[in-house]
Formats: sequence, structure tokens, C-alpha cells
Amino acid sequence: MSNKSAETATPIKQSRFNFKNLTRRPESGALAGTIIVYGFFVLFGGSEFTSTGGFATWLNTGAELLIIALPVGLLMIAGEFDLSVGSVVAASSVTTALVGGTWGLPTPIAVLVALGLGTLSGYLNGLMVTRTNVPSFIVTLAMQFALAGLTLGLVRVFTGTTSLPIAGDETTTKLFGGFFFDQFEYAIFWAIGVTLVVAWVLQKSKYGNWIFALGGDTQSARAAGIPVEKTKIALFMATGFASSLVGVIQTLIYNGAQTGGGQSFVFNSVIAVVIGGVLLTGGYGSVFGIVLGTCTFAIVNQGVYYTGWNSDWAALILGILLLAAVLMNNTFRRAAMSTGEKKKK
Amino acid sequence: MSKPILKLTNVSKSFAGVQALEDISLEVEPGKVLCLLGDNGAGKSTLIKILAGFHKPTSGSMFVNGEEIVFNNPKDASAQGIATVHQFGGTFPLMSVARSFFVGEEPTKGIWPFKYFDNKHANEVAVREVRKLGITRVTDGNRLVGGLSGGERQSLAIARAVYFGAKVLILDEPTAALGVKEATHVLRLVMQARNQGIAVILVTHNVLHAMTVGDHFAVLIHGKKADDFAKGERTREQITDLMAGGEAMAELEAELNTLTGTINQIN
Repeated sequence: MSNKSAETATPIKQSRFNFKNLTRRPESGALAGTIIVYGFFVLFGGSEFTSTGGFATWLNTGAELLIIALPVGLLMIAGEFDLSVGSVVAASSVTTALVGGTWGLPTPIAVLVALGLGTLSGYLNGLMVTRTNVPSFIVTLAMQFALAGLTLGLVRVFTGTTSLPIAGDETTTKLFGGFFFDQFEYAIFWAIGVTLVVAWVLQKSKYGNWIFALGGDTQSARAAGIPVEKTKIALFMATGFASSLVGVIQTLIYNGAQTGGGQSFVFNSVIAVVIGGVLLTGGYGSVFGIVLGTCTFAIVNQGVYYTGWNSDWAALILGILLLAAVLMNNTFRRAAMSTGEKKKK
Repeated sequence: MSKPILKLTNVSKSFAGVQALEDISLEVEPGKVLCLLGDNGAGKSTLIKILAGFHKPTSGSMFVNGEEIVFNNPKDASAQGIATVHQFGGTFPLMSVARSFFVGEEPTKGIWPFKYFDNKHANEVAVREVRKLGITRVTDGNRLVGGLSGGERQSLAIARAVYFGAKVLILDEPTAALGVKEATHVLRLVMQARNQGIAVILVTHNVLHAMTVGDHFAVLIHGKKADDFAKGERTREQITDLMAGGEAMAELEAELNTLTGTINQIN
């Protein structure tokens, strides 16, 4: 066989930039979505939407959501769900206020306890999913309800109320719940930090390869020697940690905690991730896509207040957007699969 | 006769009381192709899963290079140079060719904690190795595996196994989902691996494919080894009969004859 000559005759092609390749990027659909939605609200929301205040409103919402959506996205790429994020936000929020407020311990300790609790709940999720092989959809749904009940029950036993105040120390409060330029939450910096870490893990480190492989075909991943259980547990722990981070941030922004807070993150994170082009069944997705999906979500969610319409319409737009995004993503994914030249004979 | 690289003696496996494999003894030598034949449900898959470290045998022992060994997980098996390629290539449709090629064996650059996946190196190696196996259509390692044909995906998986130093290559129904042309290509790869001194275990129910490349054959029926023979010792008809359960087939034929007989009478 003349393998050698064939090899040297066609040099290995480096990907170069062209428009056709761009349309085949998985994020293209998400990018189009963000631009269209932004344009829509610039048109109907007017100058107030594009003002600093308007910008800050959706950016703040987006930042908090992004902190949770990114690890949820990683989990989804690995083929798993986490529907317990809402209760983890609430539980860690309440824990921060209980430890730092009601019990009067130093705020940093309260924050550490809350973050530990979130990570622990993620660990339990991961352990149950990998040990029992019950779908993570069910395991984390159970966790969502159980943890909500536990939080409510314990808080009532300890304090007799469901709403706890906290007056945190200045440094810690500023670090998690502070504002810069008056209107922008420090959560934006946390979101950027989480984005950089997750982007590194998914797109640069070898663990990213494991995550894609897990979602692509768990059996083959196992056969290739990937520590399937450990990787999954680590991902659930990351989601738990991120959710509790948001819990801490919200508590220190509002100087208090509600047992019922944070529940909207359950579906909002899934919507943001799916709009961002992550495949619901796993194996496909990108950090840039998740960031765009989250922006799109936040713009619609907050933009509707600037239009002067009833805010009820936001949910309708999100519903339509979600469906459109999935259809569009399927198209882009097919295009991505069909890259390369035609068969030469 | 060279020493067997992989040997099974009296291996049995039962799942919750159901006997899947009973008293299986096999040998594979380097540079030879062992064909594992059998109908659906004959226990072929269970046997490969034992070889690949997914299951532990209930009784019996395994030897690699004459040393008794126990596989606790698939990683143990691959550490001994046993690589399994599944029917759909064991590859990931939505991953790039380069990333897929290096799953579990990622090349990294840089210093911890900033070790990063060396995409350039991965691309070069993956494209080079796949092209060596005659898949010249792949020129860019960033292409998604899902864009390849079934045969190309098989080739990718075989290239991967060979690159990572497989000594025993287990191919699970590699030709089952392929067209004639692609099946031929995959069989050629089997011969290529064999000539490199790799022991190949080819699992198939296609007798023709088996007879083309096999040096040694084992037929499984209901979890038992029904026959074991070298190349040229049986005819194709004998093997097909055996796989189909021989007598059962003859009975069915007789039954069909009576049936058509009745129909003819009615007419």
C-alpha cells in the first residue's frame, strides 16, 4: 500500500476561519438568539433598556443564573441532570443567615458552612446516582423536595420563623453581596470567575474530554478507562457548590434569607443551558454557548419590564424561545456533523 | 506453536442464578485470529465482557502470558493490552476525531494545575493513524466522529487500539452493520493487525467473514462451547448448521415441508 505517499501528498489541514465553518459552530444558534432578543428589546424597551440601569438589571440576573447554569451545563453534557439546585440555593441561603445571623457566628464561617452544605448535597446526589443507577432526573428531583422540606422544618424548629435576617461583616458582605458602579453586583465577578474555571475544565483540560465522552457513550467511556463514577460525583459536587455560592450571594445582597427562595433556578438553569446549545441527552455543548444562552434568558426575563407590557408575557417569550432554540440547535448540529469534503474516489 | 497470550480455563458466569456461560476454555495466540461464532444470546457478549474486565467470571481462571490474572474493571484489562472495539466503534459521535481518539489517554502539556489538552498533537496523531488504515477522507482532526461512516468509525477505533499498544484486540460484531465494501475494509484491517503480531478475537455471526480471516474458531451455543477447530477443519455448511443448532434446523425444515405439503393439498 502507498500509505506513505498519500500521507505526504495531502498535508493535514488546519482549521481556518471562514463563514461556512462559523455557521457550523454549535454556538452560532445561541449567538443569533442573543442578538435577535437584544435587538427586540432595544426596539420595544427603548432607551431605558439600553441605559446603564437597564444593562445592570439583566446583567445581575444573568450573573447569578450563570454561576449555576455553567456547572448544570457540564452535568448535562455528561448526560446527567440536576434539578435540586433550587433547594440547594434556599438551604445554603438559610444556613448563612442562621449561622451568621441567628446564632451570631462570624460571617466567613457562615459562608463556609453554607458552601460546605451545598457541596455535600451535590456529593450525596452523585453518590446516589452512581450507586443506585436511578436516573439523576429522579434522584435530584427527590433531593429538591427533600431538602426543601428539611430546610423549612429545621428552620421552624430552630427559629420559629421562615424568614431570617443577617447583618454580615462589611468585608464579607461586600465580597459576595456588594455593588460596583452603584448598580452592578459583585456576582458578575464571581460569574466571570466560574466561567473561566469551567471553560478551562471543559475545553482545555483532559477532564473536559472525559465529560464529553461520558455524555456521548458511558459504556465506551468506561471501556476507555475513564473513572465514570468519580467524574460524575465531582460534577454533582460542583453544581452543589455553585448553587450554594448563589445562595450566599443572595443572602448577603438582601441581608436575609427566605426558605422558599431560589426555586426559579431549577428550570431557569436548564432553559439557559438548552438555549445555549447543550444537547439534552448529553455529549455536546460549549461554555460560550451557555454564556450566550444565559444572556438571552436574562434579557428576556428583565427586558419585558422595560416594554411597558405586562410581565406575564416574559414566560410566553421564553417558552417560544426555548422551542425555537432546540429546533435551531438541531439544525446546526446536523451541519456540524456533515463537515469535511465530499467522498473522493 | 507459539505461547497463547490470553487463555481461559473452565470459565463460567451466572447472573442471578441464570447460567450465561458454562465451562469455557479458550486460547488466543499473538498474530492469530480467533473467531467467536454463535447465534444471538449464545453468550458471546458475556464472554467478551469478561475478557474486557466488565464482568468477573463466577468460576474458572484467566491467564495473560501464562500468569493467572483477575480483572476488577476495564482499566485492568486495558493495562494488560486487551482492547475492545464495539459494534458502533466505541466512539463518540459528537466528539471530534482527535478528542475521540485520545479519550482516557489524553495528551497534556504544561504544568499542573494548568495542564491542558494538547489539541495540535492529538490532531496530528489521530489523523496520521487513521490515514494509515486507509481512511484518507479524514484530513482534519477537528471533524466530528458522527460525520464518518460506520466503517470509518470502526477503523478509527481499531487505529486507536493499535496506537495504544493493544496486544489482544477484541472486535464485537465489527461487520454487522456495514455494507459489503466497508466490511471488506474492516476485515482487511483485521488482517493488518494480525500481521503486526496482535492477537485478534473476532466476534461475529457472519460465517463467511469469519472463514475469510480466522485461524481458529470457537462456536458458542447456549453458553457452552459447542465446537472448537482450526482453519480448514470444517466446511461452511457444517459451521452454519452448528450455529443454527443443527438438529433444530433439520426439524424446522421437516416441519416446513409438511406445512407446504398441506397447503399444496388444499390447492
